[in-house]
Amino acid sequence: MSLLDDFFVRAMIAGIGIACFAGPVGCFIVWRRLAYFGETIAHSSLLGVAMAIIFDLNLVIGIFASASVIVTILFFLDKRGGLPTDTILGLLAHGGLALGLVVLALIPGMRLNLQTILFGDILAVTRADLLQVWLGGSIALAVLLWLWRPLLVSTVSNDLARVESLHPDRSKFLFGILVAAIIAVAIKIVGVLLIVALLVIPAATARRFATTPESMAIIATVVGVLSVVAGLFASLQLDTPSGPSIVVGAIVLFVISRLIALLLRR
Amino acid sequence: MNNINSQVLISADNIGVRLSERWIFRYVNIRVESGQLVCIIGGNGAGKSTCVKTLLGLIPVTEGKIEKQAPLTIGYVPQKLAVTPILPLTLNRLLTLGRHRATREEIAHVLFVVGLEKLGNPSVTTLSGGEFQRLMLARAILRKPQLLVLDEPLQGVDIANTDILNDLILTIRDEIRCGVLIVSHDIERVFQDADDVLVLVPHEHDQTNTDNPVWNRSAQ
Repeated sequence: MSLLDDFFVRAMIAGIGIACFAGPVGCFIVWRRLAYFGETIAHSSLLGVAMAIIFDLNLVIGIFASASVIVTILFFLDKRGGLPTDTILGLLAHGGLALGLVVLALIPGMRLNLQTILFGDILAVTRADLLQVWLGGSIALAVLLWLWRPLLVSTVSNDLARVESLHPDRSKFLFGILVAAIIAVAIKIVGVLLIVALLVIPAATARRFATTPESMAIIATVVGVLSVVAGLFASLQLDTPSGPSIVVGAIVLFVISRLIALLLRR
Repeated sequence: MNNINSQVLISADNIGVRLSERWIFRYVNIRVESGQLVCIIGGNGAGKSTCVKTLLGLIPVTEGKIEKQAPLTIGYVPQKLAVTPILPLTLNRLLTLGRHRATREEIAHVLFVVGLEKLGNPSVTTLSGGEFQRLMLARAILRKPQLLVLDEPLQGVDIANTDILNDLILTIRDEIRCGVLIVSHDIERVFQDADDVLVLVPHEHDQTNTDNPVWNRSAQ
């Protein structure tokens, strides 16, 4: 019997993988104030779930495909500049979520447990999911490393990045696709409603201890992994849903880090 | 101050920009040669920043034509830049951000030129407005630009530092022999030092083509 036969070990390996990739991506989410953007991708991914079921596709691929379409629509609507960005995000986030729920309700004989999609389920992690998390996450991280310098410069100033021929629009679009990939692979573990927390909270915790962008990304990764490990053990012990347990773990670490910082300042 | 061997870095021929049915500026002619200091001045709403961004290629022209020497390395210091405090950046890191490498000597030299050599390597969020402007100027000249573009570099800088920064810009022009395009509202200093001055005035509606709102010293 292999270690991977244990559902808990599989959930742990998948969760740690997600935290590793969510750390650096989450840092850019907070640096560039993209939390609501992440939320939009996550909410609208319910439409991807519906599409995956209708067309009998793999769930992760369905979510990634629909999320990529949303990112593309967002990119062009934002470029046209007719509506404020957060209004466009509101349209797409809740439009996607509502449409996804309606379509799911219309599917005859649908036996999908919505709670699993919304809050994550460690029982649901298969070997194939592990491969998707680590393969998808590694590709996403490689793309992020390639985009690192231009994204940092355009975080300081988009105009500056354009004048210096760093193609900030291309970086911005690819970063959006990358967020779509992270969210697609993370939904089974963390769930639609809480995935953005795993991007934002470890990065916020890391800020106080970091002096460079890179050290912040690494600390956020470590904090994310600790949150996943603590949350999954709690989930197993207390029979609570995995997503909320992981996020509570991340919040506890954030509060502890703030208390340590307060004590050190005295 | 036209040298025999000076080159035209950038020239705009009768350019205008219209954003959502309103002309921000029109009929602008401007030319910057290497070693020249060219100023764009004008009141609020005259389109100074839009004009500079258009010259940089950040905003497309609605009419007219811009020609740039190719390739052209531009050092750009945008207006009123602030780094979000959640992004941890030190002085040295921001200075070299976006570059593959810069030698220790080059970094020490540009910091010396802008007068930040004694600060060490603090977090950029602790810098004053003037120090931050000088850091961005150092970052721009580290690129060894052929054209240095400064959008209101004296904004948020107190009067004592204004003179220092003004002299600094002239020193940089003479040292790296680049062309300098500067947006300013400090009229007296501009007229003393500039090779050419472009005065932008807010564009009126329904103006005819003969009504040129732009006064250009070189065109006289």
